[in-house]
Amino acid sequence: MMRCFILLVFFYITGVANAHGGTPVKVPDTMAERVKACIICHGAEDKVGRDAYYPRIAGKPQGYLFNQLRDFRDARRYYQPMATLLENMTDEYLLEIAQYFSALQLPYPAPEQIHMQPEEIKLAERLIYSGKPEKDIPACSACHGDILMGVEPAIPGLLGLSRAYITAQLGGWRNGGIMRGQAANCMSEIAQQLTDEEANAIAKWLASQSVSGKPSPFNVLSSELAHRCSQTILENGGEK
Amino acid sequence: MRRLTMILMASSWICAALLWGGIVFAADTVADEPKHPTGTQQVVHGAYLARVGNCMGCHTTKSGQPFAGGRRLSTSFGIFVTPNITPDKETGVGLWSEEDFWQALHQGKSRDGRLLYPAFPYTEYTKVTRQDANAIFAYLQSLPAVSQSNPPHDISFPYNFQPLLAIWRALYFKAGVYEPNQSQSEVWNRGAYLVQGLGHCNACHSTRNVLGASQDDALTGGQIMGMNWYAPSLSSQLEAGVGDWAIEEIVALLKTGITKRAVASGPMATVIRQSLQYVSQEDIHAMAVYLKSLTENESGNAPGVSFSVMSGSLRKHLDLGGQLYEKYCQTCHGADGKGMPGIYPALAGNRSVTMKSPLNAIRSVLNGGYPATTTENPRPYGMPPFQQILRNEEAALVVSYIRNAWGNRGSLVTAVDVDRSKGGEY
Ligand code: HEC
Ligand code: HEC
Ligand code: HEC
Ligand code: HEC
Ligand code: HEC
Repeated sequence: MMRCFILLVFFYITGVANAHGGTPVKVPDTMAERVKACIICHGAEDKVGRDAYYPRIAGKPQGYLFNQLRDFRDARRYYQPMATLLENMTDEYLLEIAQYFSALQLPYPAPEQIHMQPEEIKLAERLIYSGKPEKDIPACSACHGDILMGVEPAIPGLLGLSRAYITAQLGGWRNGGIMRGQAANCMSEIAQQLTDEEANAIAKWLASQSVSGKPSPFNVLSSELAHRCSQTILENGGEK
Repeated sequence: MRRLTMILMASSWICAALLWGGIVFAADTVADEPKHPTGTQQVVHGAYLARVGNCMGCHTTKSGQPFAGGRRLSTSFGIFVTPNITPDKETGVGLWSEEDFWQALHQGKSRDGRLLYPAFPYTEYTKVTRQDANAIFAYLQSLPAVSQSNPPHDISFPYNFQPLLAIWRALYFKAGVYEPNQSQSEVWNRGAYLVQGLGHCNACHSTRNVLGASQDDALTGGQIMGMNWYAPSLSSQLEAGVGDWAIEEIVALLKTGITKRAVASGPMATVIRQSLQYVSQEDIHAMAVYLKSLTENESGNAPGVSFSVMSGSLRKHLDLGGQLYEKYCQTCHGADGKGMPGIYPALAGNRSVTMKSPLNAIRSVLNGGYPATTTENPRPYGMPPFQQILRNEEAALVVSYIRNAWGNRGSLVTAVDVDRSKGGEY
């Protein structure tokens, strides 16, 4: 079937790669070595240009990472290259990977330089810090933490992500499409209430903040909001 | 176009994914295991046999209820949707009798007499004994009933035409329980029974004809329809024949997914994760004995084509691939291509790399992958995808290089080959 090129190459002495006797491979028995397949995209370096879309995962709450990994594997969140890698992994192993990245400290990227009109800034800040009660949108900070660095164990931080990525995530929930729209949760309901204009303003604003701090502890979450997201956060980080 | 049958299997993994109007659902499950059957001995045995047959792999969607069906298997004939085989009376097989079930597994007929598509590998399951079939049935009936109706198949004309299926069956399907070969040992026969029957290895590892039939029982290798993976021949030493392997090594590959000279990737990793890792030591040993016998007497490893010394331009061409190898691959697979046994597969002397069809090697480079997570290899190391980094021409260069370095030899690969190897699940 696969017709390939015909030339069969045969060589004796001429071998291209008779570079024998190179350094033997040494393989440390660590998680860092095991997740090399991930950091080709999620690494610290070279996050500019075409890589800008890859979200940072280091330092995010463990339960959140674990939920995402299961969602990718089980087709509740769609990204084929990751689904391929995770296809044959057990929950136990995914949890270990989540733990590893959650504990990993990497320098944050510099904020994106994005020009925003003053009204846009106001719109974004109002939604993020006060919400929009008439549409039942709580302040983003009420769930994602005062400093927007997330809340343990399952709510991610919103800073240090690119504008393209944030726009795509909000879009995925709002369109109910394949990317992230398949499983309803407290976040998808909120995203669906946002207008295009609001979503754009938020994405620009978040991507242009500089980042510092860590996820807040679970107890900063009001019981009402915890309840609203119970499906995602309480059940051991999210069995659907 | 090739065979339906197994495709499906394959498809199992493939799923309709993108092909299908943008809806993506593949299926497959890492979902919860059904609880251990409590009932009788027969039920326990049936649960084991269902594992060997990997019924759950096809009859469960990703994150769906075990055995409730709904998984989409895409093939060149269209998309098959697996049925619910839990004992729900309305939507499953709750009203089925043991005899109805036997008709399905052995004859490929549904309870209402409809001929079943060989996407359901009854072409292999027909070899299962009545006693084993009854045990599987008892197990299925012991499961919690799940009420779930699944959408109909979406098969393109003319394959949706039942009389065509009747003709296909007349040509390619022969019902019949496995008949032991008296000149072979009991162990060998047990292995043959499992490999040819419940294990349905042939569903993938065989050539397929236009209508999707396996050409024969010979495990001769074939591209899995709808899946864009090549399942190598188990009866050729140039591909995946294991005639010169020690039995323990074959056992280790089937159980753990990785050995010092091979790693099971893509759909084969899924088969190991879902099914083979649970097969008893005794049965897996029997399978290994049978598989080994398929190529035991085959000697020559040399491909039929020989060629003289490489031309200078060819060598330059491969050197370019060598530079890419050094930059992207060498840290894991080593300058000598020997990798690290059990962790990073050797590429030197690896048949998956040099096989006539370069498809799998190209796919490994484009998509990367992890070997199956198994009890024996619970924390595997992984290979990164390079699709987002290497252009088609570069991927072609590096694959051509590994096919011809360290004494390997294989045909050169072109950018067109690389492009054709994209798509499909995995
Ligand atoms: C080919 C590049 C690539 C590779 C390799 C890759 N990822 Fe990703 N990852 C992405 C992209 C792109 C997304 C965002 C997908 C989307 O649009 O939702 C993502 C999303 C994620 C997320 C969710 C992040 C969030 O904030 O919601 C996690 C967690 C993650 N990846 C972990 C991993 C792990 C663990 C591995 C290795 C097993 C891995 N990834 C390998 C590209 C990659
Ligand atoms: C009721 C609590 C709650 C509120 C309020 C909330 N979020 Fe979320 N958000 C979540 C949860 C929970 C998740 C994780 C969802 C998941 O696991 O898929 C999340 C995830 C996200 C993500 C994905 C981050 C990533 O790394 O992929 C973005 C972006 C986001 N929220 C933006 C917002 C914005 C903007 C607002 C305010 C308009 C907001 N959220 C308000 C609970 C909330
Ligand atoms: C490769 C995927 C695959 C595997 C493995 C598989 N099946 Fe199926 N099965 C199917 C498909 C597809 C159909 C639907 C065929 C049709 O409708 O013509 C089916 C149909 C059936 C039916 C008929 C249901 C009905 O309503 O007519 C039964 C019973 C069944 N399978 C039982 C099993 C058992 C038991 C096993 C394990 C020993 C198994 N299957 C393994 C794909 C699979
Ligand atoms: C869903 C399709 C499918 C089924 C079913 C299947 N295989 Fe495979 N198998 C593949 C593919 C694709 C490959 C090539 C990938 C690879 O080399 O790992 C493969 C590779 C192999 C290899 C060679 C591994 C290596 O790298 O040397 C062996 C041995 C093997 N299969 C045995 C079996 C046996 C025994 C069964 C039945 C119990 C079986 N397979 C069932 C698809 C399948
Ligand atoms: C981080 C370590 C790592 C790097 C870097 C890496 N690989 Fe791999 N490679 C692996 C692992 C682990 C596997 C087994 C993957 C699997 O089972 O799916 C593998 C599998 C393969 C296979 C399939 C072998 C088989 O037996 O089926 C090929 C071909 C391959 N690699 C080629 C390459 C090439 C070419 C590069 C560079 C472009 C490369 N690899 C870079 C770790 C690596």
